[in-house]
Amino acid sequence: MAAESVNHGRRRFLTASTVVVGGIGGVFAAVPFFSAWKPSARAVAAGAPVTVDIGKLKVGEQLLVAWRKKPVFIVRRSEEMLATLPGENARLKDPDSQVEDQQPAFAQNVHRSLRPDILVLVGSCTHLGCSPKLNAEVRPEPWDSEWKGGYYCPCHNSRFDLAGRVYDGSPAPTNLVVPPYRFVDDHTVVVGEMEGAA
Amino acid sequence: MIKRLLPYLFALVSGSAIAAAPAVPLMESGANIFDKASLQRGAALYFNYCGACHSLQYMRYNRMARDLGLSEQQVMDNLNFTGAKFGDTIHAAMPAGIGIDQVGGEDWFGKAPPDLSLTARVRGTDWIFSYLMSFYPDPNRPSGWNNTVFKDASMPNVLWDRQGIQMPRAAAGEGEGGHAGAPQFDLVKPGSRTPDQFRQDARDISAFLEYVGEPAALERRAYGIWVLLYLLLFTGVAWLLKQEYWKDVH
Amino acid sequence: MAGERTTTETGVLGWIDQRFPVVDFWNKHAGRYWTPKNFNFWYYFGVLSGVVLVNQLVTGIWLTMHYKPSAAEAFSSVEYIMRDVEWGWLIRYMHSTGASFFFIVVYLHMWRALLYGSYQKPRELVWIIGMLIFLVLMAEAFMGYVLPWGQMSFWGAQVIVSLFGAIPVIGTGLVEWIQGDYLPSDATINRFFALHVVALPLVLLGLVVLHIGALHEVGSNNPDGVDIKKKKDANGKPLDGIAFHPYFTVKDTFGTGVFLMLFAFVIFFEPTFGHLFLEYDNFAPADPLVTPEHIKPVWYFTPYYAMLRAIPDKLLGVMVMGAAVLIPFLLPWLDRSPVRSIRYRGPITKLALAIFAVAFVILGYLGLQSGSELQKLVAQICTAIYFLFFLLMPVYTKIDSVKPVPDRVTMHD
Repeated sequence: MAAESVNHGRRRFLTASTVVVGGIGGVFAAVPFFSAWKPSARAVAAGAPVTVDIGKLKVGEQLLVAWRKKPVFIVRRSEEMLATLPGENARLKDPDSQVEDQQPAFAQNVHRSLRPDILVLVGSCTHLGCSPKLNAEVRPEPWDSEWKGGYYCPCHNSRFDLAGRVYDGSPAPTNLVVPPYRFVDDHTVVVGEMEGAA
Repeated sequence: MIKRLLPYLFALVSGSAIAAAPAVPLMESGANIFDKASLQRGAALYFNYCGACHSLQYMRYNRMARDLGLSEQQVMDNLNFTGAKFGDTIHAAMPAGIGIDQVGGEDWFGKAPPDLSLTARVRGTDWIFSYLMSFYPDPNRPSGWNNTVFKDASMPNVLWDRQGIQMPRAAAGEGEGGHAGAPQFDLVKPGSRTPDQFRQDARDISAFLEYVGEPAALERRAYGIWVLLYLLLFTGVAWLLKQEYWKDVH
Repeated sequence: MAGERTTTETGVLGWIDQRFPVVDFWNKHAGRYWTPKNFNFWYYFGVLSGVVLVNQLVTGIWLTMHYKPSAAEAFSSVEYIMRDVEWGWLIRYMHSTGASFFFIVVYLHMWRALLYGSYQKPRELVWIIGMLIFLVLMAEAFMGYVLPWGQMSFWGAQVIVSLFGAIPVIGTGLVEWIQGDYLPSDATINRFFALHVVALPLVLLGLVVLHIGALHEVGSNNPDGVDIKKKKDANGKPLDGIAFHPYFTVKDTFGTGVFLMLFAFVIFFEPTFGHLFLEYDNFAPADPLVTPEHIKPVWYFTPYYAMLRAIPDKLLGVMVMGAAVLIPFLLPWLDRSPVRSIRYRGPITKLALAIFAVAFVILGYLGLQSGSELQKLVAQICTAIYFLFFLLMPVYTKIDSVKPVPDRVTMHD
């Protein structure tokens, strides 16, 4: 049976070739199975950006919209409100928004927004997810005798200023999240899409 | 060519498995889902003439845009009459108050207009084509119309302004589309389209609905060619490997 | 040395081998499983059924990630998979095509056994387990077809489950018990889903393990029906045997490649296969108020369906159909020939086998048709042929001439 000698080199080469070619095929075959886990067209459609008309939004008022099943606050701020922001820095955990996950790059400024007057926040307390309440008025409050206006979370007393920045002493560790958004025009915001996105 | 032939070869084996038991002989649509222009025209006609009453509940506007080579703007401006979002599925345009999707449709037509997403897969593209081509006026019907392909259909001939009005010929002879016995008509009153143009309209709508029935059909053949080429390579290498080892065996 | 096995292996393999006989297992079932060297084309189909089984398991699991087993959502969840899930259409087509290819492969695999007498002693148990696999496969496929909840899913379920109603006394109660309702409904889908996804695959896997185990215990048959264990060399290795690995691992890799080309062709170019694999009516959602013009099972059940329809009486028809599925179990005892392979059998057996195959195929074709009086007559004749093939076998296999079976296998180089 072993009359001719076995060409081991050729066998190794052909085996390797089969394994390599088969392996490549295997990788390509695996792609659809991995891709099938990605959000489906239905999930993407449900999570699509939301267009909001803020034409009638008055100063100190808040609009609530849903985006990806999350509450999103849109607030129109006055010049006075914006003026209080720098003064609060000493009482804040992250006054300069240095924790990068909490806002897009465009919101790493003192007013944490694209345009100073319009604030867009995900209305979910960064402690355990309750919805903080807007208390825009400047007056002493039970949770802060120096209250300059902002958000108060009733669940565990976390406090945020009028740019969503978290106060020292709050159980919440980070500033309220600013979602991606952009302006179509003066009175239309698209929540969920960045400037320059298709 | 081969792809077109194969179903008929299989039909020889499977006999009437190919036919969904249509008792009426059908015209050949000549619809081609790979003709993008045809799909675009078909989509435009569909949304203008059919979309008011019929939904395409499994098709999304953005998928259709991508496959037909249309921009979001083009779709939302010209094809979306329901105020739906770009990622939404396609519903009938009539407001819910008139109730096309619910009981109201039945009140109007005796039967709610069915969703058409899968009609091409249930009845076949040629059936849709033949149906669109085969309306004729019938005073005995509530809608004033009947259809030789779908007897006593509740639907009126929404395309009559383009097709004109035709009457069926008494005897069934050699069909237009090449099938013996396909419906034959005489044009009594011309429409805005010539007979050839209207046939193209019907072909475009049929192609569009065939696409809607299976959007993946646009891409699977191309993938298939690559897969087969790869498998040819793999099988070839595996064959060489097998031959090499089996030299041992006598 | 607290009870570990002795092994000559070292390293990780040695560590495992001391605790679990991996090397012995490998040798017994691959490295030193002496396989007849004259395996031909018909011997690919065992491995190919394994390939298809793996395909069904993997694609099936993936479909389960998106499919919704309720009457309200099942149909649209399938369309969701076809359109909204990335590559969902491919996974679905792989699964539906795989189901049909499973039966093509299994029917050819069984045909091999008929050709070469692979069911004869000492492989009766291999055959019986294989027949059990066939039964479970039919149940699995039937329930799988109900899940998309199209018109054919519903009406096919309605017709087939109602066959149980033909059983006297317990019939009606049995139908309701199977369905979980007065008609096939949400309850039916949900339980068929559990059986199709979990229970029957587990049973199938167990039976496949037993099937291969029973085969390896006695060794494989071959196209000449020669017992290769009768002629061994000094080391106890059959002269006509070669190691399964590497010879048949490489041969089956090649065979798998060819098979996958046919498989891929259907998936990418003709996924409905002329509407034989995915029927027209199943693209319409189930509607208990609208009966399709033409209720028929999927092609792989049609031979048996044709028999059912050929018998005028419902209960008798059910019994005949049941008998048709069960009678092949008896094959090892019906075949009285001293010879295994068709190559050495006489003209009567060859003719019987040929006529049987033709009758079976004709029945399959008839099961797809609407059924005229002439077709019914032909179906009755073919049903008779089918049963006579088995019932007369003890006679014709005994009286038939045989050719002398060689000592050693014949190879066509």
